[in-house]
Amino acid sequence: MNRVEKSGMEIQQEPIIIRVTEEYHIPKTRHSVKFLAETLGFKQIIVFYIMTSVSELAYNLFFHTDKGGTITLVPLIREDNVGIEVIAQDEGPGIDDIDLAMTDGFTTNRGLGGGLPGVKRLMDEFEIQSEPGLGSRITARKWKIWQ
Amino acid sequence: MKIPVLRLKNILLTSIQVDLTDEDALNFQEDLLKAVQINDADGVIIDITALDVVDSFLARVLNETAVMAKILGAEAVISGMQPDVALTLVEMGRELIGVSTAINLDHGMEKLQALISKRAGGV
Ligand SMILES: Nc1ncnc2c1ncn2[C@@H]1O[C@H](COP(=O)(O)OP(=O)(O)O)[C@@H](O)[C@H]1O
Ligand SMILES: [Mg+2]
Repeated sequence: MNRVEKSGMEIQQEPIIIRVTEEYHIPKTRHSVKFLAETLGFKQIIVFYIMTSVSELAYNLFFHTDKGGTITLVPLIREDNVGIEVIAQDEGPGIDDIDLAMTDGFTTNRGLGGGLPGVKRLMDEFEIQSEPGLGSRITARKWKIWQ
Repeated sequence: MKIPVLRLKNILLTSIQVDLTDEDALNFQEDLLKAVQINDADGVIIDITALDVVDSFLARVLNETAVMAKILGAEAVISGMQPDVALTLVEMGRELIGVSTAINLDHGMEKLQALISKRAGGV
């Protein structure tokens, strides 16, 4: 088993993949990442940052693509740091203009906008890869130690 | 899933405890606004003590509900937002525009009564 024992607690090391095709999958992504972030020992406020980010990305999979996509949660365990990587991936319409999508208040589908820029502010690292017509992959990471 | 709405004199009291779907949110808004009309309520309090995530979906639901309550002539206050949830909203760059908030139900009541008397006395 690819797991490590640390102070008596078994730490999740394998990625968790959650399909988001139905609306009720969205709370599932929040609950899973909450459990993972707490297990990895993140402070409550940071757990909230990560949960909120995952929720925004999961809503986007549901609202901005036809078939949904996946949220992958990857525990990042380094010798000197611990983090969580969140990947939202879909084969949806893609994002035409990434700069525009990253603008506060921009929405194409009855949203509030501000979801993606919000996630960028809540997380430490943030990256969008998107190909119109092929899909999108949004990766965000939060580290316990970050400067 | 049905969210109970309680009446306390001229005020309606409700609280969001669980994960809302889009449909739940619509039903919640409809039920609350109907209750405002039927009871001729002067104000509503929506307590969110139980929530640990207020994402844009929920922010939209809360904003819309408050705006609609106002259109029907009732003031609206959101109470009980956990401090860490409020911090997350600030960090995200999101605000609950057009909604009054209060740290707990007690303060929510006071704030709501103040808003109601201000409206009754003012414009
Ligand atoms: N997975 C996705 N696939 C296609 N377009 C997306 C995706 N995620 C976001 N977008 C686009 O980026 C815009 C901004 O997203 P966001 O900031 O979350 O605001 P909102 O979801 O409220 O519209 C969306 O309106 C949509 O056009
Ligand atoms: Mg969004």
